Amino acid sequence: MHASITNSTTRYGWGAIILHWLIALIFIGQFGLGFIMVRLTSQRTAFELIQLHKSLGFLLLGLVILRIAWRFGNAAPALPRSVGTLERRAAPLAHLALYAFQLALPLSGWALVSVSMLEIPSLPFNLFLMPNLPLAESDAAENFWASAHWYLAYAGMALVVLHVAAALRHHFQLRDGVLTRMITPSSEDSAE
Amino acid sequence: MYTRILGFAAVAVCLAMPASAAIALGDAAGSYAISPANSSIRFSIGKVGGGGLDGAFGRFKGSIRIDNSDVARSQVNFTIFPESVGTGQGRIDAFLRSDAVFDAADSPEIQFRSTSVTRTSDTTALVSGRLTARGKTFPEKFTAELGGLKAGTIKFHVTGQVLRSRYGMDVGTPIYSNIVDFDMTLTGKRG
Repeated sequence: MHASITNSTTRYGWGAIILHWLIALIFIGQFGLGFIMVRLTSQRTAFELIQLHKSLGFLLLGLVILRIAWRFGNAAPALPRSVGTLERRAAPLAHLALYAFQLALPLSGWALVSVSMLEIPSLPFNLFLMPNLPLAESDAAENFWASAHWYLAYAGMALVVLHVAAALRHHFQLRDGVLTRMITPSSEDSAE
Repeated sequence: MYTRILGFAAVAVCLAMPASAAIALGDAAGSYAISPANSSIRFSIGKVGGGGLDGAFGRFKGSIRIDNSDVARSQVNFTIFPESVGTGQGRIDAFLRSDAVFDAADSPEIQFRSTSVTRTSDTTALVSGRLTARGKTFPEKFTAELGGLKAGTIKFHVTGQVLRSRYGMDVGTPIYSNIVDFDMTLTGKRG
C-alpha cells in the first residue's frame, strides 16, 4: 500500500484530512472565541483574546490558502454511487460555499483591523508584524467590516451546521463511507 | 595651539559658572504651585512597526520647592488624576481608565514624590523619587531642564521613561512598548 498523503478517486489522503480537521477546529473555535471576546467585562482579557483571535485568523487564512492549493492538485474523491442526483448537485455547491466562507472570514477580519481607527498592529502569536490591507481608516469603514464579519460568521456557522448534519446523515442514515473517509484514508468506501 | 587656549578659556568660564548660577538659583528659591493651565503632562508609548500611542493627562496638581542653600534638598511632588487621560480616541481612553490599565475608579491618583535632586548642569537636574500607581511604588528618575524664570514663575521641561509593567499595566506588550516616554512642561507659580 502506497503512502496515502494524496487523494485517490475513492478516498481522501492525509493531506486533505489533516487540513480539513485542523481548519474545522480553528474555524469553529474562532466563532466561539469571537462570541465570547466581545461580551467580556474585563477589558484586559478582551484585548488579549482579540489578539489571539487575530493570530488564529491569520493562521486560518494561511491554512485555507494551502488547502485550496492542495485541492487544485488533488481532485476530491467521487461520491458513492448511492448518492442521489439532488445531493450530487448540491454537495459541490455547499463545499464551494464553505471554501468561500473560510476565505471571507479571515479576510473580512483583516479588513476590520486594517480600517480601525484604533490602529492596533497585528502581531500574530507575537512572532511577526502582519501589515494592514491597503484600505482607508474610518469609523464608518470599521462599522461596515465589523458588521460584514459578524454576518459572515453567523452565515458560515449555519453552513457548518448543514455540513455536519449532512455528514451525520451519511454515516447514521445512509450508512455510507462519506464521513469515515474524511477520518482516515484506510477506511473503505462501503458504497464502492 | 590657539584653539587649545580657547578651549582652556571655555573650561575656565564653565568652572566659574556655578557661582553665578547659584545666584540665579538663589533668586529662584521658594515654593511654587504647579499651574495646570500653563503645564502639560504628555506621554508616548511606541508600537511595533513604528508610530505610537500618544496621550496627555488633563488634570494634575503639584508643587516645586527650591532650597536656596542646598539644591539637593529641593523637592518636586505631583499627583496625576488618570481619569483625565486623553488620547483623542474615546475607546482608547475608556480602555486606559479601565482596570486593564489605570483602574482609575479604584486608584484615582498617580503620585510622584522626589527623594533627591542632583544638579547635572547649570540648567538641568536629575530628579529621583518614588512613583506610586495602582498601589505599587518604585524609584524613578526624571530629567528636569530649567526653561525659564521670571516674576515668580518657574518653568521646567521634564522628561523620563517609566516601565509600565512594574505598575501592573503591561497589557498590550509586546505590540505596545513597555516603556512610557514622559514629556512634561511644569510651570510653577510662587505661592
